[in-house]
Amino acid sequence: MSEPLLSVRDLKTQFFTEDGTVRAVDGISFDVHEGEIVGLVGESGAGKSVATSSILRLVDSPGEIVGGEIEFKGETIFGLEADDDGELRPRDEMLTENEMRKRIRGREIAIIFQDPMESLNPVFTVGGQLREFIEINRDLDPDEAKEEAIDMLREVGIPAPESRYDEYPHQFSGGMRQRVLIAMALACQPDLIIADEPTTALDVTVEGEILEMVTELQEKYDTSFIWVTHDMSVVAEICDRVNVMYLGEIIEQAEVDDLFYDTKHPYTSALLDSMPRPDRTVDELRPIEGVMPEAIDPPAGCRFHSRCPEAREVCREVHPEPRDLSEEGEPRHAAACVKHDAFDVGYDESPPIDTRAGGGFSAGLTETGGEAE
Amino acid sequence: MSINSATSDDDTPDGGDESGGPDEVEARVGLRYTLKQVRQDTTARIGTYIVGFMTFVAVFAAFDYYVLDYAIAEAVLYNPETDPQNVRRLLPPVGMENQFGQGVLEHPLGTDHRGRDLLSRTIYGTRIAMTVGFLATAIGLGGGTVIGAVSGYYGGWIDDVLQRVTETIYAIPFLVLVIAFMTAFGRDLTFAMIGVGITAIPVFNRLIRSRVVSIREEDYVEAARAAGVKDRNIIFRHIIPNSFAPVLVQATLQVGVSILIVAGLSFLGFGAQPPTPSWGQMLSASRGYMLPAPTFSIFPGIAILITVIGFNILGDGLQDALDPRINN
Repeated sequence: MSEPLLSVRDLKTQFFTEDGTVRAVDGISFDVHEGEIVGLVGESGAGKSVATSSILRLVDSPGEIVGGEIEFKGETIFGLEADDDGELRPRDEMLTENEMRKRIRGREIAIIFQDPMESLNPVFTVGGQLREFIEINRDLDPDEAKEEAIDMLREVGIPAPESRYDEYPHQFSGGMRQRVLIAMALACQPDLIIADEPTTALDVTVEGEILEMVTELQEKYDTSFIWVTHDMSVVAEICDRVNVMYLGEIIEQAEVDDLFYDTKHPYTSALLDSMPRPDRTVDELRPIEGVMPEAIDPPAGCRFHSRCPEAREVCREVHPEPRDLSEEGEPRHAAACVKHDAFDVGYDESPPIDTRAGGGFSAGLTETGGEAE
Repeated sequence: MSINSATSDDDTPDGGDESGGPDEVEARVGLRYTLKQVRQDTTARIGTYIVGFMTFVAVFAAFDYYVLDYAIAEAVLYNPETDPQNVRRLLPPVGMENQFGQGVLEHPLGTDHRGRDLLSRTIYGTRIAMTVGFLATAIGLGGGTVIGAVSGYYGGWIDDVLQRVTETIYAIPFLVLVIAFMTAFGRDLTFAMIGVGITAIPVFNRLIRSRVVSIREEDYVEAARAAGVKDRNIIFRHIIPNSFAPVLVQATLQVGVSILIVAGLSFLGFGAQPPTPSWGQMLSASRGYMLPAPTFSIFPGIAILITVIGFNILGDGLQDALDPRINN
């Protein structure tokens, strides 16, 4: 396969709070190729949104990217190196804040936020905001930018774009606003669009329309997407490849069909079991027991062991990194679970942990509580 | 009056029916919405009338002074210098009588201790009061907005430094501060205005900062950052316009307060110096004649009263009109 458009390696983003260090993103690696929709899936708090804002270097204090590498079209968005004293410092070729703002944000990588109700400025007209974004990122003069803005509104299916151009955001419905935000993202013709749960706040019929529209536009403009969601059905609908996140880590990485039909990680299976599927008939859906532990003090060993139905003693001790488990000649399918033979840490001999007994909602909480590390 | 005409000007081009869209709904922010709300609120409307009238008088005085060179006021202006031997001092308003003589039609409100016409001096005082009120508020608003916005947007040590400095200004009694400032730089009206403006900076600073801190977290600010908008544009185009309502109310009240403070300063001998026809200075001069010629101090006093009340009820009315929790 050709060079990836975006390559994230071992990215670590941490929040330094009074209660201790929150390891929101803890060493994730993934690629996005041209023209591809890559899913980033996980429960609330898995670190999906932090991961996406790290890609644009928009993490706010007290958060900080502390390690790893982000490369986009051969340019270094983030990278550290050790200087003579062994202190880490940004690499020389890393883009400056100014370059990020002028060249990358909006122009090369655009982002669509979760809540369309809040992502438009209530004081300005929809058209005015769209025009501003186009002006900033495409060096057009105001008249051309206005024309372009109206074209984009038509493109995303807003009826009568000329008159809606002068309306305020509160005069638009939720689905309409999300269309406007998508128009904003597409208008600057970026190579990559990060969609941060863009359909979560919408009802399912509108969600369906938007997904259909995105698929069409994606084919037309050949833009790559990172699609952040917690909804497996959305993933099945539009993604080409999927990264499943749990507690700051990517625990499974596969093509979308492999993920659904040849699931390798118990967490992914649990996610799939917890939602209805058209291809399977079950008497009862099985929710995942417990809640996700705090990222401030993650459990030792495999982070999912406290809630995993297949957990054994060895899972408490061994922390698995994702490994490619695919057969030769097949596309990459990585998972971080020691039950697979490739890990060879004695899973089969290890006695099972009874997670249900000690389980329920306290299962995820560790004994040390909120203590700093 | 001037504000009223601005309302109708603003409405005509957009109120049209040519767009065909659902233009019944209006944004609950912004200038047009504010003006519409003000028209519906009785208190705010009365305040608008008073402020409008005072603005009109001030503009009239300025017009007479700069363009016509006292042509209009000349009819009522008695200049003692042209007739030093025959000065009609401390006359009462027309139709009244006091120990200095009978009121005459030439001086409808009477004369002061130098024989100058009170009506024309009160009218000219309006110009000074309004100028001082608006400029002092503008200084406070401008300074406070920039400091508060930068402080709230960046946070961290910038916030700490700026807030501690403005709090220090806030902690000193403002009259002491302004008098010290004027003693250092000059006792005239310009420095009174600047001094009062500076003491207003902390007020606006706090107001803006508190709004910026919450608006900074809104998704549309994050979206603007993600689209590569400059910090400066984010602050001035996205954050400050959304803080519009409370600032407008505070600014309106502040104009009245500034007028009152500068009048007080002039009364104390700081600020307007004789023969400048400012209300505070007129009050100051009238101190010695309160019993024999009370109207000398009453008219400038009434002028101050009406103006300050006008700004206060306009401010209160704006507050009600812009409060989203009140449905009218």
